[in-house]
Parts: sequence; C-alpha cells; structure tokens
Amino acid sequence: MAALQTDILRLQGFKPVNSLAVDMGLGHIKDAFPNATFPLGAVHEFVSTKTEDAAATGGFMAGLLSSLLGTSGAALWISASRTLFPPALKSFGIHPDRFIFVDLQKEKDVIWAMDEALKCGALAAVVGEMQEISFTASRRLQLAVEQSQVTGFILRNHYRQLNTTACVSRWKITSLPSEPVDDLPGIGFPTWRVELLRIRNGRSGVWDMQWRDGKLLPVYKSLSQVPEQQQKTG
Amino acid sequence: MASRFVSIWFRHLTTDWFAIRQQALAKHSGETKPLLKDLPFVLRAPSHGRMVITAANAFAERKGITPGMVLADARALFPDLEVLDDKPDLSEKLLKRLALWCIRFTPIVAVDPPDGLLLDVTGCTHLWGGDERYLEEIVKKLNARGYDVRAAMADTLGVAWAMARFGNEPLVVAPGRHIEALLPLPPEALRLEADAATRLHKLGLHQIRQFIQMPRASLRRRFGPHFIMRLDMALGQEMEGIEPVEPVEPYQERLPCLEPIVTATGIEIALQQLLETLCLRLRHEQKGLRSAVFKGYRVDGKIERIDIGTNRPSHHVSHLFKLFEIKLPTIEPALGIELFVLEAPKVEDHFAQQEQMWEGTGGLDDERLSELIDRLAVKVGAQSIRRYVPDEHYWPERSFKPAASLQEKLTTNWRTDKLRPLNLLATPERIDVTAPIPDYPPMLFRHNGKLHKIVKADGPERIEQEWWLQQGQHRDYYRVEDEEGYRYWLFRLGHYHEKTYQWFIHGFFA
Repeated sequence: MAALQTDILRLQGFKPVNSLAVDMGLGHIKDAFPNATFPLGAVHEFVSTKTEDAAATGGFMAGLLSSLLGTSGAALWISASRTLFPPALKSFGIHPDRFIFVDLQKEKDVIWAMDEALKCGALAAVVGEMQEISFTASRRLQLAVEQSQVTGFILRNHYRQLNTTACVSRWKITSLPSEPVDDLPGIGFPTWRVELLRIRNGRSGVWDMQWRDGKLLPVYKSLSQVPEQQQKTG
Repeated sequence: MASRFVSIWFRHLTTDWFAIRQQALAKHSGETKPLLKDLPFVLRAPSHGRMVITAANAFAERKGITPGMVLADARALFPDLEVLDDKPDLSEKLLKRLALWCIRFTPIVAVDPPDGLLLDVTGCTHLWGGDERYLEEIVKKLNARGYDVRAAMADTLGVAWAMARFGNEPLVVAPGRHIEALLPLPPEALRLEADAATRLHKLGLHQIRQFIQMPRASLRRRFGPHFIMRLDMALGQEMEGIEPVEPVEPYQERLPCLEPIVTATGIEIALQQLLETLCLRLRHEQKGLRSAVFKGYRVDGKIERIDIGTNRPSHHVSHLFKLFEIKLPTIEPALGIELFVLEAPKVEDHFAQQEQMWEGTGGLDDERLSELIDRLAVKVGAQSIRRYVPDEHYWPERSFKPAASLQEKLTTNWRTDKLRPLNLLATPERIDVTAPIPDYPPMLFRHNGKLHKIVKADGPERIEQEWWLQQGQHRDYYRVEDEEGYRYWLFRLGHYHEKTYQWFIHGFFA
C-alpha cells in the first residue's frame, strides 16, 4: 500500500526532495504530508488575521524551526514590520543568536531579499514576513528553493486577500485557551489550533497542538471536536 | 627606479579662476558682457587702510601693474582697469581642488602654496607614452580648463620647481641632468628666503653656477643653514618629502584608459580587470579585503565612486564583482571616465582554506552565508541586518544587543527562567484596566476598542529600572489570558497607591 502511494506521488510529479528528512516532531500530523515527511526545500505559507494569532503562528513556526535548525543551523528572518522579540525564541528551543534579522522598509524588498536568501544553501531556513505575495513572486521563491533545498516560511499577517500561491502548503494557527497544569492557577502551556488548509500531494486537516517541555505535542482531549479530515490534493 | 617629479606653476591662479567663472556664468545666463579673460583686471583687498592689488591678470601685468601695488596707483597708470574683490583663502581652496583633480595623473599630489602643485610621477609617465607626452598632456588639460600654467619635470623637486618658474625650454630635464639644468638659473630658483636672494644679487651672484662651487662652510656662515638645505634639496643630496592631498592606499590598483569610457560594459570590464589584479595580489599576501572603493575619474573633473563592504575578509573576484554590480548603475560616466581606481582601505589577514570536497555544512561560519549577507548589505544597507546576542539586563528592551559580527560568541547565556512574549510591541501601548485590589492582576482591559475579559493570569513580575542607565518608574508585569485564549503581556508602570500608575500592553505570547 505504502509503495503504491509512493508510486502515485511520483506519477503526480512529486519529487522526493531530501533523503535526510528531519523529524519535525509533528507526531501524527505527519500523516498529512506526502510520504509522511514534512516537505523540506519548499516554501510554506502561514496566514493569520489578528495580531494575537500572529504570535501563535510564530510560536508554532518556532517549534518547527527548532527541529529544522538542529544544533548548528542558521536562519534568516526578513521583515518590514518585525515585532518578534528575539530572546523569546529561546523558550522554543532556538538559539536567538543563530538568527540573522533583516529589517527592511518595503515589502517589495522583503520579497527580493527572501528570493536572494533562499538561493543560499548555507541556511537552514528563511522566514519572510509580508502581507501580500503574488503568484509570480511565490513561484520565484519556489524555484529558488528547488535549487538550494532551503526551507522557506512566509508569514502573512493581516492579509487582504487569500490568493493562490505556489507555496507547498498553507497553515493557519489560532490560539486556544491553555489548559491548567495539575489544576494549578495561572496560565498553562501554549495551545494552538493548527489548521493545514492546503498541502500539495497531501491531506489537509485540523489538529490541536501544545508546546510543552520543548516539544510539539497533540492535545487528545479536544480531538473529538476536530472536524473530519477532508481529502484534498493540491 | 629613479624618482621623477613634476612641478606645476599657476601663473595667474586666482585671476584665471575669476575669468573662468565669469565665462561660465555668462554662457549660462546668455549675457554678452565683455569677457574678463580679454580685459586687464586686478583683484583687490584692503590692507592698512588702503586698497592693495593682490593679483593681476596677464594683460594687467603687461601694463606694468603688479600685485602689491596700491590700487590708486594702478588706476593712475591705467584708468579703465577692471577691479574685483579678492576672496580670502581662495588660492588654497583652488590648489586643493586642482590637486585632487591631478590624482588622475599620479596618486601622489601635493599642494605647494601659494601657487603651485607638486607631483611625484615616478613610474607613471610610460602610461602616457613618455615624459614629454605626459607633461604636455597635463599642460594641455589645464590650459583647456582656462589656467595659465608652466610645468617642468626633473629628478628632484627643487629642480622641477626651479625649471617651472625660471627655466627655459625644454622643461623636461632628462634623468641625471638636473644639476646642469640648475646652473644658469637665478638664485631665487632655489626657493630661498627673500633677503638671502637679494644679498646674493648684491654680491653679484646672479646665477647659481657662480656660487655652487663655493665652500659649504662659508656659504653656511653667510646665508644660514636654510640656504644650504635648499641647495642640497635641489641637488638631490637631501631627501625632500611631500605630503599628498589624499593619503595613498597601500592596496590600490589603477587603470588609465586611452579613450574615455562611457558604456556600462566598458566600466564592467575595467572593474573586472582591477578586481583580478587586486585579488591576485591579496591572495599572494594571504589577505582579504573588508571594504573596497571603486572610483572613476571623469573627463569633466568629477569623481564617481561606489563603496562596498564585506563581513569577512575576501579575495573572491566573482563575489566582489557581484557586490559592485548591484551599485554599478549609479555611476554616471557623462562625457566619459578616463581613469579607474580600485582601493581596499580595510584589509585583513585571510588564510586560504583548503578546498572542500563538498560544500560547507551550513551555519554561521559558512562562507556562503557571509557572501549572502554582503550581497544583501549592498542593496539594503548594513545597518538593517542584525544578529543579536544576550545582554545582562532585566529590562526587556535592553536584554539583547546587536552582535558585532556573524562569528561573535556569546558572553552570557540567553535567559530561560522567565517567560517572554514572542511578539513585543516596539513601544508599549496604553490600555484601560479594571483591577480589583493592588498587586492583583486586572480583571478586564480594553485595547484598541476591544474589551478583553481576563480568565487566567500570572504575576506580578517586577522589573526595576537600572538607575545607572535610566531614571524612571518600575514595571509590574502580568501574563494574562483572556476568554478567547489569547495571551498578553501587560504591565503597570509605577506604584498602585501613588495614583500616578498607568497600564500598558507590551506583547503577545504564542
């Protein structure tokens, strides 16, 4: 069955990009991806509408980045309106000093810088914050990563229009109320609803996740609320 | 290689400048006033309650008007004389500007006040096809700009200076023949103090050959040590240093062009050639450049320049070319560029690494990363690219600082004991808050017109100002979560009981 699935994917034009697959610690979300591996060497799109959700998106993405950066990787954070507080990355298992921040004035420059950065094979990941990206621009980024095998993340907060892009996936992360730890008062571990709206050659879905003890963990309690996973190919 | 020097003497430096300026202005405004360059005119300045002539042009000099004359006397000699006000320090400024312009002929140009320039042209003349052609070119170019000059070339500065002012043709003194050239000249040609020259004339010594053989001891006794020094300088027995207007970069490559370059392709070829020679030299010396300047000297006297910088020493031609390439379109060749110069003001040791079998493993030490940063920096400016290292401060805005380089090691660890929000507002925003009792987290807060009901909260975490850095009130931070599950970082500035406290929102937790 698995072999047949792989064959189908190959016939669909899916290139198994990286033999050195990184375990992103995504647990059973993995099943949604083609070949059950998080697509590296691709551009992922994260969308959010609220400032609060942008923080949640950043948190989930930081969780992914921490496994992607490993022990020595470096990454670039390109933005025209950065609010990220570098020391906070440490609580997501990332050494903030391994990030290089490029703060620009215009979004056009962000796309240019991201295109340039994605061509550099020395980086583990490139994060670009932008409101809008055209299909052509996202196609350029996709072409850049196909050469260099760098993974790109696009953060789109306060987007105006959710247009078609050439990105491999589209994620939407929203905050959920944290659950109390051992019935103690105060705020518990960060909890998010992770919606995979679109994934090329995979299945989209919705999961509840928690960042706990330096790992992304599924929250089983609320799994009952999860709507049925739709079959969809990109 | 034997040294060669050129001395340029501007015979009417300031008056020439006034004439050039008036001509340019007249052309610009279309006026048809008689041109100054065709009239006798003088410059004047007040001195001891009289108007004294400070400079006269060639026509005025022919009428017998010389600098130092009282203006009224000159008017008596020639009533139609044009008179203009002199500008103080004009000649120094002009000489400096002309010296910078002359860098196209040689990197070492010095100002020789009040009316001359000195050029060290050792090893430069062959590029123009010989000494005579070189000197001719300088004089022709300066004449074309409107300056009346005399220039001479010799093995010593002293003889070049003397020949430019007192010598007869030919003004290029062949190598080794400078003493012969000096012999028929008057004593003033030795750059003597005024009274020493007068005394020599009084003694009937009107030519240098008459006293050059005299015993040194008696010359020194009569005319002082300055006289002997000048004589030795002219003869080449004493070294004479000149102070260039622009310090010469030790790592510099020059490319003069036979024909002025106007096309982008031409400029690219020039840059490529210069980079190749410079990088070859750097590689031999195991060095790499950290910053470089590419200059183009235009025909009309302007200098076009572009600068680049690198994060780590580099002598990688194609990488450096790429950095320049982004800025190349900013060069305006106008009528053409006749000389290209590539300088490396900042050079550091760079030990060639062993060629790698496969590409680097990535990370901050990877050369490809620093090359990427260089490329980005050229386009967006190095100040917008930052890497941060922790700093030992509790105040959130000061808890990290920009790192000096990509390789800078941490001096302290990133703190993990206190949770910090992932997104922090650049400046905290005011909120309206309902809090039940002092030191208790708020129940409600209103931000951007939306009411948030707080369900869970942690805190307070008090962060004090560091009095040695900044005076002000402390902050009491609370981590709160509202009904919808959004998590915020709020703080109260100041003490609750003082009634001057204010509430702020500072960040968003993931």
